[in-house]
Amino acid sequence: MVRLITHNLLACHVKGCTSNNFPLQFKDVQIELREAEFNPDFLRNFMPRIEWKALVDAARQLGDTSLPEEQPEMVDDEFLQKLHHVLLEVHVEEGAMVCPNCNHSYPISNGIPNMLLAEHEIG
Amino acid sequence: MSRPELQAPPEIYYGDVEAKKYTNNSRVQQIQADMTYRALELLNLPPGDPALLLDIGCGSGLSGEILDEQGYTWVGVDVAPSMLEVALEREVEGDLFLQDIGQGFGFRPGSFDGAISISVIQWLLNAETSHPTSSPPHRLMRFFTTLHAALRNPSRAVLQFYPTSDDQVQLITSIAQKAGFGGGVVVDYPNSKKARKVYLCLFVGGGGGAQQVPKGLEDEAEEGEARAQFEKRRERLKKRQISGKRKNVKGKDWILRKKELYRQRGKDNVPNDSKYTGRKRKAVF
Ligand SMILES: C[S@@+](CC[C@H](N)C(=O)[O-])C[C@H]1O[C@@H](n2cnc3c(N)ncnc32)[C@H](O)[C@@H]1O
Ligand SMILES: [Zn+2]
Repeated sequence: MVRLITHNLLACHVKGCTSNNFPLQFKDVQIELREAEFNPDFLRNFMPRIEWKALVDAARQLGDTSLPEEQPEMVDDEFLQKLHHVLLEVHVEEGAMVCPNCNHSYPISNGIPNMLLAEHEIG
Repeated sequence: MSRPELQAPPEIYYGDVEAKKYTNNSRVQQIQADMTYRALELLNLPPGDPALLLDIGCGSGLSGEILDEQGYTWVGVDVAPSMLEVALEREVEGDLFLQDIGQGFGFRPGSFDGAISISVIQWLLNAETSHPTSSPPHRLMRFFTTLHAALRNPSRAVLQFYPTSDDQVQLITSIAQKAGFGGGVVVDYPNSKKARKVYLCLFVGGGGGAQQVPKGLEDEAEEGEARAQFEKRRERLKKRQISGKRKNVKGKDWILRKKELYRQRGKDNVPNDSKYTGRKRKAVF
């Protein structure tokens, strides 16, 4: 059940991997769509935290092209609906997330990413 | 009976059998729910705030279900696959991660509006191997440092745990302070053997709201009375809940329509319709 909202918050945490370690790249993913309740206040509250480019790229990789290249300044309901769908309704069920810097692969199984590190990778 | 954290590593202790036993025990459900309500109260989020929370050691979702009920969006991490599996079965709403909190988090700075942890961090006090990165102080330091970074400023983290001694409380609070947290310890019902509960109430920045560490609940004695108090607060919290906030899943048709839309846009990795598509989520209470 990793959704793009959490993917957008997640960087690689392998020891010494501190730059260019975000966003993790999806690999061989299977997605599932599940409707969630629309909560515009939540989205407004969360918006300043979004790394926009990472979100747009990840959404495109998963087949959703509804978001504009630039984060709009005017936030209307139509935009919030799209944002809602991308952030909260697309679930990555299988596949992996790969660090663009150190190539560590975090496998996703049953919707749950495995973030466990080997002993030598712990900071 | 010795404490679970002294018996085996968490992912072993909470295997398939124990994960189910734990989750289905109605007394456990009640206690975890009560402590989650109390943690939310200590978190002191603005009323009606649509926050994003982190549930540290979310297990099978007994704490997370309360977060769902209260309308929060949350992310849960736990090191025991069997517990997470039960959480999946129970169809909690949070995004789940298999993660050892002693290895630290990788969340970007300022990701969460707050964090809770219910009955978890006593597990960090036990070394699992002789490797230096697995010594309890090292693991606690990684945990608190990366947690501090993952939280917004100002915000709070409320961690209920079961210390065996005051030294343990000292060790944990001193490391949390070194990691940058303010705040301190809240002890509820300090005189009751059964109802006594210890909460680490940690502040990032000012912690939001008053900067003093909240007072523990005082209640002379019995669990019966403690219970009544909990019930009252629970009612209050529930009232705050905006009705109709519960997710309203529209089901299979909607999903199939969306998938069709994706396919029309020419996406080839749209999953096939499975028997799970649009399966109903249980109502959680
Ligand atoms: C008593 S259960 C509590 C679960 C849940 N918070 C609740 O209230 O029901 C303790 C949980 O802590 C988890 N845990 C223990 N050590 C952990 C660690 N190092 N990293 C992540 N989770 C851990 C266990 O796997 C278990 O699910
Ligand atoms: Zn990396």
